[in-house]
Amino acid sequence: MGTEDSASLDLGDLVAAAQAGDRRAFDEIVRRTYVDVYTLAVRLTSNEEDARDVVQDAYLRAWRAIGRFRGDAQFSTWMHRITANVAYTHLGKRRRRRTEPLDDVEPAETRPEALPERAAETSELLVDLSDALAELPPKLRAVVVLKDVYGLPHDAIAEELGISVAAAKVRLHRGRQKLQASLFQSRGGTAHAV
Amino acid sequence: MQCEDVARALPALDDEVIDVEIEDHVATCLRCQAELARYRRMLRGLHELRTRYLEPAPGLLPQTLAALEAAGERSAVRSLLTGRRLAYAGAGVALAAGAAAVLLARARRRAGFPAAA
Repeated sequence: MGTEDSASLDLGDLVAAAQAGDRRAFDEIVRRTYVDVYTLAVRLTSNEEDARDVVQDAYLRAWRAIGRFRGDAQFSTWMHRITANVAYTHLGKRRRRRTEPLDDVEPAETRPEALPERAAETSELLVDLSDALAELPPKLRAVVVLKDVYGLPHDAIAEELGISVAAAKVRLHRGRQKLQASLFQSRGGTAHAV
Repeated sequence: MQCEDVARALPALDDEVIDVEIEDHVATCLRCQAELARYRRMLRGLHELRTRYLEPAPGLLPQTLAALEAAGERSAVRSLLTGRRLAYAGAGVALAAGAAAVLLARARRRAGFPAAA
């Protein structure tokens, strides 16, 4: 399959072609999904360099395992699980190394808000949230990101992180607690009721 | 139920699901109403982060595709080598079996047995 042929197919067709061994189809899948995978990798690692490594490893692993993708989940969910697993392994290997702040990571295009004031307030909250997430210990951050940002169920999170479902729930509880404390402390303790 | 109990219970709440006891307390407590509103706002914000994509450096896509290409080539070389190794092993076994058959036939002739058909 040529690059032009691949570009006209939908993701489901591309996945089927990749499962039949078509590397060009898989390349097209990478083109369409790598920004999403990279965003998750940055949120999990809080580090751009680590995130780039995680993206490459995740796609290598996905290519090797594409034959086992059953299609009963969305491809994006399957990629998120692989990315989470790779990021967690990667962080384990580099635990002794430094973490860098996300100063140079800027959000790209986002959904426009209906009201400018609300948009500004939301943007401010989202920046604060990103900062607060980056400050969380990696183990807690992984669970909060996968559950509250990407909506993965507890059992999937537990499986990819190699922990029990109970441990995943405890980490989520602690992560949300810390996030809440850090978030509203950084906003001067002001209640922003909606 | 006290305000502290509500504060402790909040991080276990998902979306709009709320325990009846907490709901009863929150209905009569302004402080906890504000806490609950902030907590829900945090969850909504986290959910919104899902669609806030981060722009990768321009080199990431070509690097990723190149890594896949290289891995594919390595895998092809590996499978070629594995195939050759199997072919060599097969040829070796066939040669050994042939040599054994020849030796056995000679031994039988020397012993005066008729050659096997």
